[in-house]
Amino acid sequence: MTSTDSKTTGAAAAAPILQIKDLNVTLRKEQELIPILHHVNLTVHAGEIVGLVGESGSGKSMTASAVTQLLPGGSKSLQGSINFCGEELTTKSEKEMAHYRGKEIAMIFQEPMTCLNPVFTVGQQLEDVICTHQHLQGGEAHARAIAMLENVHIKEPEKMLKAYPYELSGGMRQRAMIAIALSCSPKLLIADEPTTALDVTIQAQILGLVKEAADKAGAGVIFISHDLGVIAQVCDSIAVMYSGEIVEAGTAVEVLTTPRHPYTKALLAAIPGFTPKGAERLELCAIPGMVPDPREHMDGCRFAPRCSVCGENCTAKHPPLHVAGDGRSVCCWKEAEAGDTAITAS
Amino acid sequence: MFSFHYIRNQIIHLLLVLIGVSIITFALSHVIPGDPARMMVGDKASAATLARARVELGLDRPLTEQYYKYVTGLMHGDMGISIRSQQPVSSELKKFFPATLELTLSAMILAVIFGIILGVVAAVHRNKWPDHLCRIVSLIGVSTPLFWSGVVALIIFYKWIPIFPASGRLDTFMTPPPQVTGMYILDGLFAGQMDVVLSAIHHLILPAVCLAYVQLAIIARQVRSSMIDVLEEDYIRTARSCGIPTRRILYHYALKNALLPTVTIAGLTLADLLSGAIITETIFAWPGMGKYVVEAITFLDFPAIMGFTMIVSCVYVFINFIVDMLYRFLDPQIREVDK
Repeated sequence: MTSTDSKTTGAAAAAPILQIKDLNVTLRKEQELIPILHHVNLTVHAGEIVGLVGESGSGKSMTASAVTQLLPGGSKSLQGSINFCGEELTTKSEKEMAHYRGKEIAMIFQEPMTCLNPVFTVGQQLEDVICTHQHLQGGEAHARAIAMLENVHIKEPEKMLKAYPYELSGGMRQRAMIAIALSCSPKLLIADEPTTALDVTIQAQILGLVKEAADKAGAGVIFISHDLGVIAQVCDSIAVMYSGEIVEAGTAVEVLTTPRHPYTKALLAAIPGFTPKGAERLELCAIPGMVPDPREHMDGCRFAPRCSVCGENCTAKHPPLHVAGDGRSVCCWKEAEAGDTAITAS
Repeated sequence: MFSFHYIRNQIIHLLLVLIGVSIITFALSHVIPGDPARMMVGDKASAATLARARVELGLDRPLTEQYYKYVTGLMHGDMGISIRSQQPVSSELKKFFPATLELTLSAMILAVIFGIILGVVAAVHRNKWPDHLCRIVSLIGVSTPLFWSGVVALIIFYKWIPIFPASGRLDTFMTPPPQVTGMYILDGLFAGQMDVVLSAIHHLILPAVCLAYVQLAIIARQVRSSMIDVLEEDYIRTARSCGIPTRRILYHYALKNALLPTVTIAGLTLADLLSGAIITETIFAWPGMGKYVVEAITFLDFPAIMGFTMIVSCVYVFINFIVDMLYRFLDPQIREVDK
């Protein structure tokens, strides 16, 4: 499954920044092997924002962690390929990866309240990242830090540099976090639910900053969210994840307007509509059941137990992956049975 | 970092605590059984001699007056005359206490530095061999009584492998440096006598290490557990995702957070170290307060007991003051409260 090139002109035509091919990740926890990602494919071009969407536990954050090799503790095994600007990341050592992190690949996280170190000022943390990667002296690093804070529209950057995280609101912290992430002009920005913990009004501002990073600085962005509304606002293309697999991918417009996988359809149906009190309410569609435990082995489609259109095939055999000519990909038996034009891959 | 407000409050607190301590030591010396006047004149003295001794010691005056006299004396550095030796308590303390303080502070520095390193190493290599090694070292530390480990250390490093001296603070023919602090290492440095400094360190190592060991184990366990908590925090993941070198993450970003609970423990260890010092001094024939105090207690030499208690309390209060300042250095949110 490849997320389609949303921009057929310009940067997108060039080689992708990130290309994940057939990535399988297994964690080992106390002698137990837990497969958490299955055959993940994802491509990100410069200036493109790729949305990764799915419920909690679907493997969105794990995919991001795999790219930066920051998977949670214990031993782990990675199969497949993560190609970043022509370099294979899966074979890099911890020391080599530290060179990419922060400089080439930056991350912003969900919890701005806990993501900054409480006992250091924003300035100390921001300047440390700048000094680590850019080998600047104190004064230059300070100037760069101020420029970065101005970039994320902070009115009094000097004051912000001297502030401790506890003195700032959630939105301000997230801005500081974004300033840190963008401080070394990364080629790839991974935003892991950056707006989930914020107010709606602040959300829009933060989304604006992420968009700016892609548009102005030309960074590729992986935008992780469970909120399709947010995804719809910023993303050029979308990959829908379920239980460690990408079940559907394509351009944002296509996936959101003509969803083809039952899970995507269900997700879209589960978005609460705006109905004022007293008006006739539309029924809210919840998806029954829960994401299966990654330890659970399934012969068929992993979504089958919760699927409303589940057939015989679905529980017996894993559905094949269909990649259409335009790069749209769906992993579902219904697609396979109906689609004459679809090309069956792997 | 430290506002005027904060410093002023701290000084007021310090004074209040010290007044409290002086009342308690004064009261204690009067409620303990035994009559100091009788101890001074002996069993066979006549009633008249005893009465005269009581007047001489001021024991016939009302308690408030005795206390007033005691406190005004303290302010002038006068802690009274030792009943046993008839020498001023302050000059005796000046002679013995620096030796104990030198031993205690060295042990504390050793315990804090190596405790922190051991704890960090254990936390980073959690459940691997360095962690197990640290656990064994700590377990032995907390479960070995000082009087035993001291003797074992002497047998190994004095008798079998004679690399350390068994007693005293300096080599036999060496004259102590001119007294400034009374701590030979510092005084030696002040006087520029490096041979004295080296000899003092050489004599100090064995007793200080033995004394430090127990506290080192406690600090190491504390650092380990708080480091493990801190390393799970989101901001550590942030630092890693920013490509900050691992060593810097551990010793800069994580340790500063993990030190907060450790500072509390380290402050409390001082009391243990001071009492432990008295045992250590006996084993290593260290000419400190230990022997002096034990004799003062058995002789009911209450000016000496009071003087000792007062000095130890001052050190303890002072260390707690430093601990309090360290909190403010480590945690900006505590600083905020002062404003």
